[in-house]
Amino acid sequence: MVSPLTPVLTKRWTEPRSWTIETYERTDGYTALRKALTAHPDQLIQQCKDSGLRGRGGAGFPTGMKWGFIPQGDGKPHYLVINADEGEPGTCKDIPLMMADPHSLIEGVIITSYAIRANFAAIYVRGEVLHCIRRLNAAVKEAYAKGYLGKDILGSGFDLDVVIHAGAGAYICGEETALLDSLEGKRGQPRLKPPFPATAGLYAAPTVVNNVETIASVPFIVNGGADWFREMGRERSPGPKIFSLSGHVTNPGQYEAPMGTTLRELLDMAGGMKDGIPIKFWTPGGSSTPLFTAEHLDVPLDFEGCAEAGSMLGTTALQIFNETVSVPWAVMKWTEFYKHESCGKCTPCREGTYWLVQILQRMVRGEGTAGDIDTLLDVCDNILGRSFCALGDGAVSPITSGIKYFKDEFLALCDQNSKALAGASA
Amino acid sequence: MTQTFDQTFDKDIAEKAQAIIARYPQSRSALLPMLHLVQSVQGYVSQDGIRFCAAQLDLSEAEVSAVATFYTMYKRRPCGEHLVSVCTNTLCAALGGDAIYATLKDHLKVGHEETAGEPGEPGSITLEHAECLAACDLGPVLQVNYEFYDNQTPEKALELVKALQEGEKPAPTRGAPLTDFKQAELQLAGFFEGRDADLDGPSAAEETLRGATIAAERGWTAPSTPDNAEFPPLPEKK
Amino acid sequence: MTIAPDKTTDKSTEIVVPEGHVKLVIDGLEVVAPKGELLIRTAERLGIVIPRFCDHPLLDPAGACRQCLVEVEMGGRPMPKPQASCTMTVADGMVVKTQLTSPVADKAQAGVMELLLINHPLDCPICDKGGECPLQNQALAHGRSDSRFHEHKRTFPKPISISTQVLLDRERCVLCQRCTRFSAQIAGDPFIELLERGSQQQIGVAKDKPFQSYFSGNTIQICPVGALTSAAYRFRARPFDLVSTPSVCEQCSSGCAERTDWRRGKVQRKLAGDDPEVNEEWICDKGRFAFRYATADDRFTRPMVRDAESGELRESSWTEALQIAAAGLAETRDANGVGVLTGGRLTVEDAYAYSKFARIALRTNDIDFRARPHSAEELDFLTSSVVGTNPDNGVTFKGIEAAPAALLVAFEPEEEAPIVFLRLRKAARNKKTKVFHLGQFTTPAVEKTFGTLLACVPGGEAAALHGLPEHASDVVDELSKPGAVILVGERAAEIPGAFTAVVKLAERTGAKVAWIPRRAGERGALAVGATPNLLPGGRLVTDAAARTEVERTWGVEEGVISAKPGRDTTGILTALVAGELDGLVVGGVDPFDLPDPELAEKALSKASFIVSLELRPSAVTAHANVVLPIAPAVEKSGSYLNWEGRHRVFGTTLEGTGALPDCRVLDTLAVEMDADLFTQTPAASAADLARLGDNVSAAAAPNVPAPLLSPPKAGQAVLATWRRLIDNGSLQDGEPHLAGTARPVVAKVSEATAGHLGIELGGEITVSTARGSVTLPVEADDLPDGVVWVPANSGDVTVRRNLAAGHGSVVSVSGGKA
Repeated sequence: MVSPLTPVLTKRWTEPRSWTIETYERTDGYTALRKALTAHPDQLIQQCKDSGLRGRGGAGFPTGMKWGFIPQGDGKPHYLVINADEGEPGTCKDIPLMMADPHSLIEGVIITSYAIRANFAAIYVRGEVLHCIRRLNAAVKEAYAKGYLGKDILGSGFDLDVVIHAGAGAYICGEETALLDSLEGKRGQPRLKPPFPATAGLYAAPTVVNNVETIASVPFIVNGGADWFREMGRERSPGPKIFSLSGHVTNPGQYEAPMGTTLRELLDMAGGMKDGIPIKFWTPGGSSTPLFTAEHLDVPLDFEGCAEAGSMLGTTALQIFNETVSVPWAVMKWTEFYKHESCGKCTPCREGTYWLVQILQRMVRGEGTAGDIDTLLDVCDNILGRSFCALGDGAVSPITSGIKYFKDEFLALCDQNSKALAGASA
Repeated sequence: MTQTFDQTFDKDIAEKAQAIIARYPQSRSALLPMLHLVQSVQGYVSQDGIRFCAAQLDLSEAEVSAVATFYTMYKRRPCGEHLVSVCTNTLCAALGGDAIYATLKDHLKVGHEETAGEPGEPGSITLEHAECLAACDLGPVLQVNYEFYDNQTPEKALELVKALQEGEKPAPTRGAPLTDFKQAELQLAGFFEGRDADLDGPSAAEETLRGATIAAERGWTAPSTPDNAEFPPLPEKK
Repeated sequence: MTIAPDKTTDKSTEIVVPEGHVKLVIDGLEVVAPKGELLIRTAERLGIVIPRFCDHPLLDPAGACRQCLVEVEMGGRPMPKPQASCTMTVADGMVVKTQLTSPVADKAQAGVMELLLINHPLDCPICDKGGECPLQNQALAHGRSDSRFHEHKRTFPKPISISTQVLLDRERCVLCQRCTRFSAQIAGDPFIELLERGSQQQIGVAKDKPFQSYFSGNTIQICPVGALTSAAYRFRARPFDLVSTPSVCEQCSSGCAERTDWRRGKVQRKLAGDDPEVNEEWICDKGRFAFRYATADDRFTRPMVRDAESGELRESSWTEALQIAAAGLAETRDANGVGVLTGGRLTVEDAYAYSKFARIALRTNDIDFRARPHSAEELDFLTSSVVGTNPDNGVTFKGIEAAPAALLVAFEPEEEAPIVFLRLRKAARNKKTKVFHLGQFTTPAVEKTFGTLLACVPGGEAAALHGLPEHASDVVDELSKPGAVILVGERAAEIPGAFTAVVKLAERTGAKVAWIPRRAGERGALAVGATPNLLPGGRLVTDAAARTEVERTWGVEEGVISAKPGRDTTGILTALVAGELDGLVVGGVDPFDLPDPELAEKALSKASFIVSLELRPSAVTAHANVVLPIAPAVEKSGSYLNWEGRHRVFGTTLEGTGALPDCRVLDTLAVEMDADLFTQTPAASAADLARLGDNVSAAAAPNVPAPLLSPPKAGQAVLATWRRLIDNGSLQDGEPHLAGTARPVVAKVSEATAGHLGIELGGEITVSTARGSVTLPVEADDLPDGVVWVPANSGDVTVRRNLAAGHGSVVSVSGGKA
């Protein structure tokens, strides 16, 4: 029986000066790298496949398969890019990881680069998290000094340079192709796919883009093996996962538990709802994942469980709202976010979010009509699946799921309005 | 006092720009950090700053403008000594972020991306509402020069801002001792020389360690790793 | 490529899928398409038009507007989301449903349309695009009749000038990025960009950096809404009130297909025509905007004769003018003879009339079209390597695109033949053609063709070419690959040995050579024998059989055509000064374009009788005894022979203006002189020329050694100079918006040269010869030491007129003003 909490990635965080290479090495740091360098790169890719590790950035794509897409012997440089542009509302797992244990990411970067035959890796960190960038930079410097980075790493003949790249404030850069454009010094707007990054990514060369939590898991898989990793979680969603509880809970924070853990279990560990006020709605994995309600407390939080229940695992960013929070208001706030962060490239997302915000603001002001709800849903329908990238899909999630579960609240706002109008005309 | 272009972007800055370029396989990748560098000089991205980047990277000024106007961290007008960013995304807003922003707005008598005081002068503050800052478990949060001040209330935030206006530099909850916006931008450009002590700034809040702490208390662990996990055999070439 | 389904048979098995193709179904119709084709094009070939805004066949796909969404099924499984047909390529077994058969696609398209309109202003009634606007058309055809949008529209101040000739209205923009993609991809001028983000995203330029591109007008044409408009055309007309006539550009030797839109006898605008062989769908801004010269106030409308008493020109009847002209020419012909200078702007039909007029009315071979620096070596080159070449046997635009390598000799493509430049850039960008520029500095064209500069001192080009095998064997290797080309510009005529060296290099490598002059009429004039040594069709005047053939075809007595090669332009002028010629017929030559304007001025003063066929006053007018007004290109029909040797035929755009083409005027004049040209109309002229056909005589290649150059003395430099696309050229007169996009008038030297000559970079320099001086700002560039570059004819700097100098001349250079 696996424990309710399984600290793997978060285990070192409680160590004093956990971010230093001394602490890291003292706690088995860089042993996985030494081991990995004895293996053939293809063995590492196979091991990753065997482990069933799926991307922790939201989409859950099998990591080993992604590595396997990189064409080998193509004569082109290969690149590894770490997506550390954590910005999905509610998501707050990668930043603490990089602050507390930057070397686990760097060790994962080195192993992954070795596996995919990359000699340059970039860690793209959102710009607003300076302390994290500071720690990463220092860690990279330490790793170079110890011979874990640079030329002929640990005498293996393998070379790797790592650069820490600060973003500049754009949610869309969490989309992997927008991130690549941004890393190339351009506007962070998504690229056409195909070609996919695996064939034409950074500088049009084969590139793997992986999330921080994903790559930080790699050294543990190398040391523990695929079977060990699979002891946690569920068959198709194995491994431990950092669940970030925020909002109206007694003890918000980072909880690393096996995939498939439920919110009821997590809430239990977190001391329940704050002040005993009942839960009203929550996001399983950030604001782009359709809302859940109290009905969904027992949904297994893994890729399949969430999908079956009509949402997505996303980034396991559990934003928890109690009964005091107005759903139309929350939906309006999120929509303001998507409007602000829409990159502008495609019509549905750019114009649609511009429109949706105004309808929602009007409704929240008490000037909506029941017809507005139909318009909202139809505009959402014209954005969902019509946009260039997933941002548009994410933008409509709060609205459609909010109306799905809480239509009465929207209607109540409209009732107020019609009463006010009736009063005015009387 | 007006400076010429060459005085503003002097030899040291040009060398730093070249050092940024040297980090990347292709020079244009240096543009984002270089715009941070420009902000470390002037506290915003000026037209001269755009010209500087264009010249360093052999781009057109339109190409640099296209990038500079895309990202919210690049400011159009000179910033104050400090940039105060209040998260007003849904969760922080519900927990008090909107009230914090409203309080600071009233106190500073400025709106979004406006500056109280003379930009660049001591105690001047640029206020902005920010999108999710990835510290939701610590919400509501605000940042000063991108250092975290967690679990804020309108009262705490007001006290903080007043202290900043009086030239004090209250320590962040998570992050390095406070400097100013320009120095933060220099670090974002990747220049940390002489600031090793910054690394010891706190990072692990109680919330951050919550799960690990509970697990330790209750003796919960991940399954133990085998002593000698073997690699799978080398897959056959397809 | 497509085998359209035969509706009478229903068995798909009958469709054969060729290698490299796939079979798919669109709206129930089976279609075979080449791999890699975009769905939107395959559908279009079936006659199914999927609406689109961002898609443009010559731009990289963007997938931005989302207007072209269709439903796609692959392997029997429907894709979960509608797909953008402008980005998805065909695949075998794909089943596609467009708006015609899929409610999902129809709803998706209607949804996008609605979203595009929520922020669109309701200013169609005052919008230049109204009536030819894809957005308007699409909205009327498929849009909602009412609006569900009750919120606040996005507004911007409008319009803003992004250059002197392009205006931007951001409210109308649908952010399709056609303009930015055109500028970045096709023109290589990324001066117009997407700015801001999300709903505030907009097109713009950098502060104080206007959209200075020679190709900016194309963005106006491809804008699918009225966001980009032309300062010159704004509010001038409604598209539905305009008559559109296909035309051919008269501005350069590319012969671009154009569409001229006119109303009430006045041209309102010119647009690029679609000709995949030549200009694809692009034209340069000169070709687009420079047409007002033809309606300038000073245009000649009536013949004029010089009044014997007052010595002034006075208007006259055609009859009087032609009689006086005929009498004067006959008299001077019978004295020492008459020379003919035709200029390089004539149509084939008009040039042919001059050629024939010279031979049978004036009985001379003293005719030359080269109203610019020229040389005997050049004539040898043109005779041996150029005349008679055509798209079947010579270099073409498509040949350039397919070439593994291109060497440009004394040719500045962006300035001299902009559409050649675009093709070179396309080739370099897409097909990785290696482009070598033998020139003096890294011009924008070198950068934008991803080219390599082979720098040499002006005049040193021939030596540099001879030295390639030794010093740059990689260039020789590249040029030795099948399909490689060498492109030579008109400036080579100023460089002794250059043509000789080009021919030798071509022989060595097997590369094909093309001569790309600047002016539209030069290739045609060469073909019709408006040269001292050639008769029409490439026949040498020294070739007795050829002469006889021409005489017989023309129906003139044997021996009418002189066997003696005539004088070239400079020879004619010199002979006039020396009294060895008495008369002159001048057709559209600006004396200030000539190698030595002072010599021209002397010749014009000395000539006892001058007939000038002209559109507007020039320096010839003051000396002319008779001025005969002729029609501008837009008021006549005819053809140009472009640099490829391709016939570019055009009809009359503005009918019935009464203006006469040169060929008609010469025909009538010849009748007065008892000669029959049979060139009463351009069609007659063309028919008469066709009866002769080509019969190119074998001719010896040029053989001029590369000269030994001596380094400039102290205070001197070697002059490099060529003309800019947008400059003082008279065909650009009357168009201030275009003139505003001219490149700055600035001289260039290397930093070392500036040091040697004591020049302060960023300051001014004075370049002088014994004839005069010019002063202009100076900046550093990567020129060879001891070289100074100045634009040839820009602003106050007119190199021929001010200095009587040219490319390769040694000039004195000093800092500051003279």
